[in-house]
Amino acid sequence: MMTSNEKQVRKRNRAEVRFRSYGVLSLLAAGSVLLFLIYTIVSSGYSAFFRATVLLDVQLNAEHMDVTPPYTQDVLMQGRYTSVVKQALYAQFPEVTDRKHRRALAKMLSPGAELVVRDYLIDHPDRIGSTVSLEVPLSSDFDQLYKDHLPRSGEHIRFTATQLQWYDRLRQEARIHYRFNTQFLFGGDSRYPELAGIGGAVVGSLYALLVCFLLAFPLGIAAATYLEEFARESRLTRIIEANINNLAAVPSVIFGLLGLAIFLNVFGLPRSTPLVGGMVLSLMTLPTIIIATRASIRAVSPGIRQAALGMGASPIQVVFHHVLPVAMPGTLTGTIIGLAQALGETAPLLMIGMVAFIADIPATPLDASAALPVQIFLWAESAERGFVEKTSAAIMVIMAFLILMNLLAVIIRSKTQSKVE
Amino acid sequence: MTFLQLLLVFIALSVSAGVLGWRRANDPVFLQGRRPRSRAVYHGSYMALWCALPMLIVALGWLSVEPWFIRPAVLQVLGSVAGQPVEHAAFQYLEIRNIAAGILSDANASEVIRLAVERYRSLSQSASVVFSGLFLLAGILGFYRGYQKIAVDFPARERVEKFVRFFLLASSMVAILATLGIVLALVVEALRFFKHVPLLDFLLGLQWSPQVAIRADQVGSSGAFGAIPLFAGTLLIALIAMLVAVPIGLFSAIYLAEYARPSVRTIAKPMLEILAGIPTVVYGFFAALTVAPLIVRASATVGLQASSESALAAGLVMGVMIIPFISSLSDDVINSVPTSLRFGSLAMGATRSETIKKVILPAALPGIMGAILLAVSRAIGETMIVVMAAGLASNLTANPLESVTTVTAQIVTILVGDQEFDSPKTLAAFALGLTLFCVTLVLNFIALKIVRHYEERYD
Repeated sequence: MMTSNEKQVRKRNRAEVRFRSYGVLSLLAAGSVLLFLIYTIVSSGYSAFFRATVLLDVQLNAEHMDVTPPYTQDVLMQGRYTSVVKQALYAQFPEVTDRKHRRALAKMLSPGAELVVRDYLIDHPDRIGSTVSLEVPLSSDFDQLYKDHLPRSGEHIRFTATQLQWYDRLRQEARIHYRFNTQFLFGGDSRYPELAGIGGAVVGSLYALLVCFLLAFPLGIAAATYLEEFARESRLTRIIEANINNLAAVPSVIFGLLGLAIFLNVFGLPRSTPLVGGMVLSLMTLPTIIIATRASIRAVSPGIRQAALGMGASPIQVVFHHVLPVAMPGTLTGTIIGLAQALGETAPLLMIGMVAFIADIPATPLDASAALPVQIFLWAESAERGFVEKTSAAIMVIMAFLILMNLLAVIIRSKTQSKVE
Repeated sequence: MTFLQLLLVFIALSVSAGVLGWRRANDPVFLQGRRPRSRAVYHGSYMALWCALPMLIVALGWLSVEPWFIRPAVLQVLGSVAGQPVEHAAFQYLEIRNIAAGILSDANASEVIRLAVERYRSLSQSASVVFSGLFLLAGILGFYRGYQKIAVDFPARERVEKFVRFFLLASSMVAILATLGIVLALVVEALRFFKHVPLLDFLLGLQWSPQVAIRADQVGSSGAFGAIPLFAGTLLIALIAMLVAVPIGLFSAIYLAEYARPSVRTIAKPMLEILAGIPTVVYGFFAALTVAPLIVRASATVGLQASSESALAAGLVMGVMIIPFISSLSDDVINSVPTSLRFGSLAMGATRSETIKKVILPAALPGIMGAILLAVSRAIGETMIVVMAAGLASNLTANPLESVTTVTAQIVTILVGDQEFDSPKTLAAFALGLTLFCVTLVLNFIALKIVRHYEERYD
């Protein structure tokens, strides 16, 4: 027989266990969603780093390519290479002669195939007139078929039965290869998934981050220094602090409206450029840098300050020669974290027009450009099946950048901690 | 001169001024054997400042004045040919500028536009000559003035430090400027919007269909700007998000603060930080590509029909995004409850969960409420998840399986791509932005007040 007291204790202990399990379950839930997210992205994205190519024996006939000597780069850029690539493919299937089937055959190749020939010739102009074996990309549909992302049969099948036969024959002849897709990492955007790359978006994002850093880093340190070292308790100081806290909490899309109305329409700065993107992002990064810098300035031991003052340094010299150098690791950590947040921001960049389709890699921050998160958005909205893996792969790239930046921040933090100890 | 050339001139002049000042303050002949009052490096900095600042002031002044000269002159060309005031002036001016810059081709442009482009080109060319002249003049004059100032007993350090102090103050004013810029941009454009659409129609209207006729004679699309469906959609998604984030975030925080061993914490904390660091566009992609189809399938098995852009998908994923926000804020709050309260309760024989429920949570409640309010303002302002996973058509419903649209999603949809700046449709985005700004401002203000009040209680 249990006494009522024992019963009560048991009940209370059970409640204890239950309560505790809620906590474990919550953490498990958050963790499993994170794992699921990572799994989804990686499993659908890793294949975008590769693409299927077909090995063709291309006859580099100068007449067919519409090029005349001297074979300078300019001349070769103007050449027409479609027909030689098609002829090389037709040569694989001599039995296909009628125009309709030949057109279906040519559709198996990516429009980027001719660019492979062009780039080869620019590197080897002396090979004109000879026959060379070149690997040219397959069209997106067959690329997806190779990766088992599209079914061979079913309702919405995207190939004809003959095309599938040709494809199988090419595979039997070991002409189809699976290669690392450097064009994805270094190339510009394209309407064709198998040719699209994130190089332009990465460069655009780096330019925007550079502008953001050049603006927010000095301004943030200066503002933090003023507030910590020189500001007196006054209404102005309180207003400044309230504004900084407020800026940190304003939704990012509002910053986009600011950039659109002020930077683009009032100041007339060029639309779609990393310059304006970086300016908008710098306003969002500023509070992060200011708050981190203030915290690390506050942590500088007063002894350093007093010693410098005692040696006759002016207040400005104390700050710039002694306090700020000691506070720099904390400032850098805050800056890197702020920049990492800025790298992932999408909405404000959409507002200032960084969504335009731009195939070129920007040369300066004043060129119209895409940015990495916006490129993800654009590909995610795209209807083509081939862009799904590109989107996931672009996410993998942006996450890699974020992890690197955070690692850097962690390293700086731990290095300085060991030094202080 | 191009921007790059001007920049090079700017750098070259300023650096040479600095070097010259430094050398002059080091020159024994000039100093006549006396020790200068300030160190040479301050003389150099002083001269460099005298060189750089006038050029910067000219450049900034020009940037803010130039549009007011060129724009009216160019639009006048349009007006004089058409014989009437220009319609959609901002739009046409943008087109002219884009053609002049070579972004747009002039193949489709009318004769008038071509004339205006010519005018724009010639005007901006002469403007650029005048500007380059002024810029150089400012630099050279400043250079000369700074050079003259250098003397043995000149207090260069004091002057430079005075400027540095001014620069520090000015930098901290940038935050105020940014807020002012936001308020100004939103209010000006929103007021223009409310000229077309009365404020009450906007705040209380039940119809949202911002497609407005581009030409006056177009029929059928007058545009309706009642924002209630957007507010309802925003609140629905935010509610779903909070239903996910508050319990999970709060229990995680309690567990981490009160129960977890250090080893668990070293895994769980970075995990939550990763969740917090994932860009919202990634969450949006996840919601649209993975979660939404799962919901469609799951509801089909129980016999319900879910839209492929359901509020539920956006809300659930947004909730996941907000979990780390709530957990880290609540963690701080719970940790700042004095240990004496905890020990007192445990000493009375309460179990740990009883201590948490009856002592710690009541004590931490104001702080947690503040955290939740901040999270709500986050959820309302979140953009990419709803743009990608929630719908675009307005729909006044409380059914989470249907598609709804939100304030932020509408702002983005309206403003992405080319817009003309006079139409109520474009201006509506700014009215929505103003509403969003005000609501989040109030939420943040209340939340910070609560949190601060709470912090003071246990200090």
